[in-house]
Amino acid sequence: MKIGALKEIEQGEARVAMTPDSAAQLQKLGHECVIETGAGAAAGFSDAAYKAAGVSVVKTAAALCKASDVVIKVRPPQEAEVKRLRDGQTLISFFWPGQNEALMDLARSKGANVIAMDMVPRISRAQKMDALSSMANIAGYRAVIEAGNNFGRFFTGQVTAAGKVPPAKVLVVGAGVAGLAAIGTATSLGAITYAFDVRPEVAEQIESMGAEFVFLEFSDDELPDGAATGGYAPPQSPEFQAKQLAKFREIAPDMDIVITTALIPGRPAPVLWTKDMVESMKPGSVIIDLAAERGGNCELTKADERIVSDNGVVIIGYTDFPSRMAAQSSTLYATNVRHMMADLTPEKDGQVVHNMEDDVIRGATAVFGGEITYPPPPPKVAAIAAQKREKPKELTPEEKRKQEIAVFKAQTKNQVTLLAIGAALVLGVGLIAPASFMQHFIVFVLSVFIGFQVIWNVAHSLHTPLMAVTNAISSIVILGALMQIGSSSALITVLAALGIFMAAVNIFGGFLVTRRMLAMFQKS
Amino acid sequence: MDFGFTIAAYAVAGVLFILSLGGLSGQESAKRAVWYGIAGMAIAISATLTGPGSGLWLMSLVLIAAGAGVGYQLATKVQMTQMPELVAIMHSLVGLAAVFVGFNAHLELASVGEVLREAGMAFPQPKGPIAAPVYEMLGTMSNFAALLGKKTAVEVGILRVELVLGIWIGAVTFTGSVIAYGKLAGRVNSAAKQLPGGHILNAAAAAASLAFSAMYLGGAGGWTLIALTILALFIGYHLIMGIGGADMPVVVSMLNSYSGWAAAAIGFSLGNDLLIVVGALVGSSGAILSYIMCKAMNRSFISVILGGFGGAKGEQQAIEGEQIAIDSDGVANALNDADSIIIIPGYGMAVAQAQQGVAELTRKLRAAGKTVRFAIHPVAGRLPGHMNVLLAEAKVPYDIVLEMDEINEDFPSTDVAIVIGSNDIVNPAAQEDPNSPIAGMPVLECWKAKQVFVSKRGQGTGYSGIENPLFYKENTRMFYGDAKASIDSLLPKIA
Repeated sequence: MKIGALKEIEQGEARVAMTPDSAAQLQKLGHECVIETGAGAAAGFSDAAYKAAGVSVVKTAAALCKASDVVIKVRPPQEAEVKRLRDGQTLISFFWPGQNEALMDLARSKGANVIAMDMVPRISRAQKMDALSSMANIAGYRAVIEAGNNFGRFFTGQVTAAGKVPPAKVLVVGAGVAGLAAIGTATSLGAITYAFDVRPEVAEQIESMGAEFVFLEFSDDELPDGAATGGYAPPQSPEFQAKQLAKFREIAPDMDIVITTALIPGRPAPVLWTKDMVESMKPGSVIIDLAAERGGNCELTKADERIVSDNGVVIIGYTDFPSRMAAQSSTLYATNVRHMMADLTPEKDGQVVHNMEDDVIRGATAVFGGEITYPPPPPKVAAIAAQKREKPKELTPEEKRKQEIAVFKAQTKNQVTLLAIGAALVLGVGLIAPASFMQHFIVFVLSVFIGFQVIWNVAHSLHTPLMAVTNAISSIVILGALMQIGSSSALITVLAALGIFMAAVNIFGGFLVTRRMLAMFQKS
Repeated sequence: MDFGFTIAAYAVAGVLFILSLGGLSGQESAKRAVWYGIAGMAIAISATLTGPGSGLWLMSLVLIAAGAGVGYQLATKVQMTQMPELVAIMHSLVGLAAVFVGFNAHLELASVGEVLREAGMAFPQPKGPIAAPVYEMLGTMSNFAALLGKKTAVEVGILRVELVLGIWIGAVTFTGSVIAYGKLAGRVNSAAKQLPGGHILNAAAAAASLAFSAMYLGGAGGWTLIALTILALFIGYHLIMGIGGADMPVVVSMLNSYSGWAAAAIGFSLGNDLLIVVGALVGSSGAILSYIMCKAMNRSFISVILGGFGGAKGEQQAIEGEQIAIDSDGVANALNDADSIIIIPGYGMAVAQAQQGVAELTRKLRAAGKTVRFAIHPVAGRLPGHMNVLLAEAKVPYDIVLEMDEINEDFPSTDVAIVIGSNDIVNPAAQEDPNSPIAGMPVLECWKAKQVFVSKRGQGTGYSGIENPLFYKENTRMFYGDAKASIDSLLPKIA
């Protein structure tokens, strides 16, 4: 099949859906690759680089659509682009089918199939195609860089000859992919980073990235469970929201940089950073609102604009962070698309099989076979294991001590019982057996005891050599046969001779094979 | 040389044997320890040969030399994958030798009694010092016969008990080991099979042998001994036939233990302390190994011996999802991307003889700077420590081969886990499904790794016959095909 990548027509969009690297991988799947001329230029991929990777370059978008069976791009298509689609053709791009019903209808009337990269279900198997996460990661990184650009101070604290510089304090609201990326970037630049999320279970992830989790005092039952909504934070109760805002109000004056990333699927972004909070911040502070496209988490945010509040706080509402790092975001997006194609081409023979039974493909498909298939049914496997609410109870030191004592007592009891039984048995034998037997018996008992002590220390990895060597030495029965072979009776001599022979086989075979095995154990 | 010297030599040999077992606590000390064992054996044998009363020592030497030749052949020809078979067949030899020595003791006892009675002297000896003419008479016989001739009635009774024990255990060990060998070598169907009647048959045979031994002790004569030997041979055969292939680690260690107890029992009847010491050492060693194996399968010793897995305790959790296959390109890509890799080998690797390929793969991955480790479950393979030996043979350094307890916590931070020919030991049902037949069995938690590849012949279930939910997990990919071919196909693709 021919896969064609369109040049983005949206103003300012620098990304491209195919890179020379991803094209090479697509060709391995048996596909041919086509690209519109200049499509990669803004992201730093020249037409020549594509040609070198075996991609044919065509002049116009119309020609590309005509030539390709699968059309890939980044941004949701515009009406003109959808109109060019034909029957049986597949479009892969961001689509936001929930908001773009008219476009979806148009694609359906054209008979084209639409795979929306934004609809890839959030399950482990589909992570490699999760373009939203790839883009969010970049947005989170870029948000910190953008903040640094607008912030007049260092991130990291320094003591210099010219005076002491305090470290910047960064607050990240919403610890999704973007939030975590922002936390990581800010921490590695040396800022003191705080992070907040409504899902308490991400506290661990936040702390693992090096930020401090801002805790709200709230009982567990009132908290939403993120697992039920595919890993996104669900809407919150009014009481919770009030508490949350109070907390933000309390810490706002201390924060130098605030990065908000809170989104709720299918709804406008929640307002978390009110006007009065902005007013309480120090002049020169920066707010980066990654939710600007959906109205913004900050009351004052204006989408795609950098504004300065009356008290000198910079508020940035850009919506094109990924596009501002086009080379990186194109590489990741192209890889996501390439993985999607790999799943669509199970046989690697260049034949696209649009398997609607597959959870991932089904989930991402918005239009298929002349029908709108959005919204998809819930995936067969839950995205994330349901949260385990009950935590094992932390034991107090006294309780632990008590437990240890109980265990110790039980062990002692066990040991004493066993010893008592053993002793009773030995004494019982001693009552009836003659002294000559008991002399051997004491040797036997002590040997068993030594055996138990010694064998417990044998390394697990040496159990096979242990068996071989015990096998060899258990052929000590040869001594019995050696003593008997001198007998006057012919039958005894023959049996003893056989015994000697077999035991000798065992002795030599056992020791030799043990040596062979042990010689093989080598340290790296 | 006199008797005192022989005993002293035995003491030295006993110490050396203990050291040789104790030295197995570490790979390096083990290389020294095996020499202690060899030295101990050499001292014991030469002390016995040169000691008082052993006749025909030239013939003995010839026999030992012949045995050495056969043993050498066996030990140098055997492939490491065939180790379990070799160990099993060697146990059978010890068992049979014990039976022969036991019978000899019985025959000698009878003949001594006859000689003494013909000469008009008492046998067994009455309590108190032995009469002078008897002493003189015994002096003309072989050392062993003289030893027997001095015994009092109670001592003879005890001797007979020991004899019966030695022969019975030896006979069970013999047929049991032969069957275990057959199963391990694939000459006998490894499925658990029993004659109609099952364990009742075993119990009946055991009861009958008890009756025969009572008769023998009551003086019923040699035929009872032969009858109980035959019964013991049957029990050994039937018991092991009823145990399936994957339980062989327990069986082989159990037989190992038996061969030790048989030697100890013979030691009692011969009045030889060295035999007792060594028998007890080997017996307890085998017992501990069996215990460790049972613990690793979360099953009681009895349930293993009775064979087969118990039925499910209730509705087992249904498995959702599907098994998703992957080809060698996919696996190779994932390996090239990974930083840390854990390989979990099982019996399937031994069957396919894939250890060399696995070792080569390990070398390549390690050369690329990746962390590669092996996770060994105690019951992986058909012999305790089987996997360690195979990997060592393929020159995998032992310090990257780790036990279950050492590595289980590391899976969550591992990029790729590769399961090669194991099934039940990586079954998450043991932890997740309280109704599973293997619930509670300690398993390797490989599913916690970011990605799991399972190299497997087809979609069948493991030894226990239960489905493995691991194969249906989202981060699991099935890499179907013969383990050796699969691994070899990966090699050229690893950068």
